[in-house]
Amino acid sequence: MSPGMAGSQAKNIAVQGLWKDNPIFRQVLGICSTLAVTNLVMNTIVMCAALVFTVSLSSATVSVFRTLTPRNVRMMVETLIIGFYVIIVDVLLGAYWPSMRANLGPYVGLILTNCIVMGRCEAYGATQPPGKAFLDGLCTSLGYTFILLIIAAFREILGLGTFLGMPVPFFSGPGWDKWIIMVTPPGAFFMLAIVVWFFRWLQQKQEEKAK
Amino acid sequence: MSIGAEIQESFVVMVAAIFTQNILLTYFLGLCSFIGVSREIKGAVGLGLAVIFVITTTTLLNWIAYHYVLVPLGLESFRFILFIIIIAAFVQFVEMVVERYSPFLYQQLGVFLPLITVNCAIFGAALFMVIREYTFIVTIGYSLGSGIGWFLAILAMAGIRQKMAIDRIPRGLQGPGITLILAGLMALAFIGFAGVLQGR
Repeated sequence: MSPGMAGSQAKNIAVQGLWKDNPIFRQVLGICSTLAVTNLVMNTIVMCAALVFTVSLSSATVSVFRTLTPRNVRMMVETLIIGFYVIIVDVLLGAYWPSMRANLGPYVGLILTNCIVMGRCEAYGATQPPGKAFLDGLCTSLGYTFILLIIAAFREILGLGTFLGMPVPFFSGPGWDKWIIMVTPPGAFFMLAIVVWFFRWLQQKQEEKAK
Repeated sequence: MSIGAEIQESFVVMVAAIFTQNILLTYFLGLCSFIGVSREIKGAVGLGLAVIFVITTTTLLNWIAYHYVLVPLGLESFRFILFIIIIAAFVQFVEMVVERYSPFLYQQLGVFLPLITVNCAIFGAALFMVIREYTFIVTIGYSLGSGIGWFLAILAMAGIRQKMAIDRIPRGLQGPGITLILAGLMALAFIGFAGVLQGR
């Protein structure tokens, strides 16, 4: 394969993961384990970093073992590989940032049942070489991260008047009546719905233009 | 704590898990299958019942495994893997038993069982049970309440979605979008129960 071709393939994978097949607004997958922590931007960053780490590395690892794994136990092996990385994240957080681990509660562990991780391992890890599987996992989870960061930024600024814990001018002042609902669970549902709506609308416009 | 007090506590935790701290509407667990399978009441009831059964039994099994195997060995970090294996093995086992002894039940619930292994609500309940340090009796109330709460939420959602199947919805909002807005409204309604149980 020529380097040029490899480059265009990589670009293709990136576009798919970040935009065309975006896990959130296209597939609406894997939101269970992360939506809960989007009330604060900091929690979202840590959670998404954990997810990026798990998805890209477990997809690459599954790919390394793809010829050695018997078909009928594949799901079990994938679960064990994902579990291995989730445990690493959990132990690291527990050792270096226990307060964050307490904040995130069960959600770090829940990465294990996040549909995206298993989905990427099945779609790419099980069939493609490790490098490609890693890139695909990385791009898909980054596509996921950027949408969740948008949601988290709106929720924290509108609901608490802060960004990363620092007061934001105007929104933290007396002129802004804080929208407490944004930091409660219904706020997360509404915000996610709006984001899904907006990006789907944008995509549809783009596709119509392309025709 | 005496047994009587524990049973009382268990009941309070159960009511809280159904209404004020609904595992789906407050903690967003099991959202994928909630969006995917809530188009019709029949499917929603099937999945909901299967969730109640599996969440109650596996959370109790996980409690036993955690407190009698992992804690004595000092291997608490491995709880993720142990829990998921127990859930997957149990679901597989139930599927085999149901298929063998009750073809009728298998027809009704069979298709939903594989979906349950990856349902975050089941795994999430087990993790919450560890974090909140529930005793065995309290865990009974908690897991049963979580299952019933999930069932109620998906049943209500399916009822609403069936009614609005013919409504005209903006294109970008069709499917998941409108379901999320409905879930948000439902979550608002469930917050209204918060006054019933203070501080739980």
